[in-house]
Amino acid sequence: MADNAKYVTLTDANFQDEVLNSDQPVLVDFWAAWCGPCRAIAPTIEELASDYEGKAKIAKMDVDNNQQIPMQFGIRSIPTLLFFKDGRIVDQAIGVVQKRELAAKLDALASQAA
Amino acid sequence: MNTNGTPDLSAFDGIDFDEAERRNVVIIGTGPAGLTAALYAARANLEPLVFEGTQPGGQLVTTTDVENYPGYADGVLGPEMMEDFRKQAERFGTDLRHGSVTAVDFSERPFRLMVDHETPILADTVIISTGASAKYLGLKNEQRLLGRGVSACATCDGAFFRDEHLAIVGGGDTAMEEALFLTRFAKKVSVLHRRDTLRASQIMQERAFANDTIEFLWNTVVEDVLGENAVEGLKIKNVETGETSTLDVTGFFVAIGHQPNTELFKGWLDMDETGYIQTLPDSTYTNIEGVFACGDAQDHVYRQAVTAAGTGCMAAIDAERWLAEHGAIDGVRTQTEYHAAPAEDSDGGMAVQG
Ligand SMILES: Cc1cc2nc3c(=O)[nH]c(=O)nc-3n(C[C@H](O)[C@H](O)[C@H](O)COP(=O)(O)OP(=O)(O)OC[C@H]3O[C@@H](n4cnc5c(N)ncnc54)[C@H](O)[C@@H]3O)c2cc1C
Repeated sequence: MADNAKYVTLTDANFQDEVLNSDQPVLVDFWAAWCGPCRAIAPTIEELASDYEGKAKIAKMDVDNNQQIPMQFGIRSIPTLLFFKDGRIVDQAIGVVQKRELAAKLDALASQAA
Repeated sequence: MNTNGTPDLSAFDGIDFDEAERRNVVIIGTGPAGLTAALYAARANLEPLVFEGTQPGGQLVTTTDVENYPGYADGVLGPEMMEDFRKQAERFGTDLRHGSVTAVDFSERPFRLMVDHETPILADTVIISTGASAKYLGLKNEQRLLGRGVSACATCDGAFFRDEHLAIVGGGDTAMEEALFLTRFAKKVSVLHRRDTLRASQIMQERAFANDTIEFLWNTVVEDVLGENAVEGLKIKNVETGETSTLDVTGFFVAIGHQPNTELFKGWLDMDETGYIQTLPDSTYTNIEGVFACGDAQDHVYRQAVTAAGTGCMAAIDAERWLAEHGAIDGVRTQTEYHAAPAEDSDGGMAVQG
């Protein structure tokens, strides 16, 4: 799968377009470089991006470089994973979560979308 | 205290171990203990397989300055130090992987392990270096609001609370350190303590008392965390007067100590009543042959990075000798050989002059 990752890199500027206006469900991983647990789930996020290609959008937002959106969504801890559908938060997970838990949440959303 | 109850083996139901990867040494955890064990085991050509768990680098990735790890004359940032540990272990061929060990079967050798509920691994020896995790108060709404204003790691989450009023509970050095750290962001930090004196060292107390942003609420306990989707306040009680009140804070930090991550081994290993694994005197041997324990998971006395690293080294040497005695490897090397073992790259061994 290598480095040309399949996840979308979010910024305060493209959040509206990529997440809120997306017609697919979106998983957003709020993270930072200095956050150990974020590093721990990074490979999971990358795998999900491959696994769900075409079914759901997997995206990452660096909270150091972007402060507006994390504040708007009340991010208080990282990693926080928010699941969006039709522009609204429909599910969330905080901290290091197992891949299969996240996959189950995505499956639920992707099947509704179909 | 002895092993309590029979271990639950249901996690192994229907799992086929015939094709499972088999290793000399599996190390569980990558704090100072696990990575030092990995370094020594790798240099002994045991090709250790190491699982990182949910906190690669261990507890120190949650702190800022480490001032007391020998060798860093000017101090070092916790995450940077653990990066150095990892690089040094990998330099000698440590096989480091993502994932948590989710079940163990120590009933026969090779031992059976499950990683992330799905991957079977066989291990001739296991080194446990699972460390410790922050304790919570166990309040009704504490876990529900975790990550929504409740935190056990000021250095991880403090920056999300700019110009807010925060509360922190605890009376030890860590609590003072975290309170001081939080003053970088918060407009006010209330330290809640159930007694009227602190356990913290003199120097930390003085620093905290001298800081204008910190207020102390003595003889105070937290009864619950308030808020729907985010922390909106705390229900607190003065234990002297019995009076309850609401403290308007938007963040609640818990700094009341740590507990060993040993749940996984209950029923297999001897532990004390608080869950610390018991090791045989002057060694890292547990009550099960071939299973070794090091670091905070077995140490409720010292709990320092340097002691964790020290016992990690002991565990690797114990495992190597044990494997040699049980015919799994060709023979132990002497202490001198340890120090002479060349690195995989060319700048050689552990030589430190220069
Ligand atoms: C805020 C703070 C500041 C500190 N400051 C200092 C200091 O300045 N100096 C000092 O000497 N000490 C300090 N300490 C103490 C020091 O961090 C610990 O003593 C040390 O980290 C213990 O090392 P360890 O390797 O035993 O375990 P830990 O560092 O706790 O590491 C445990 C490892 O095990 C892994 N793990 C757990 N369960 C599993 C599983 N089931 N499967 C796979 N992996 C698993 C975790 O992911 C982690 O990698 C501090 C601690 C804290 C919390």
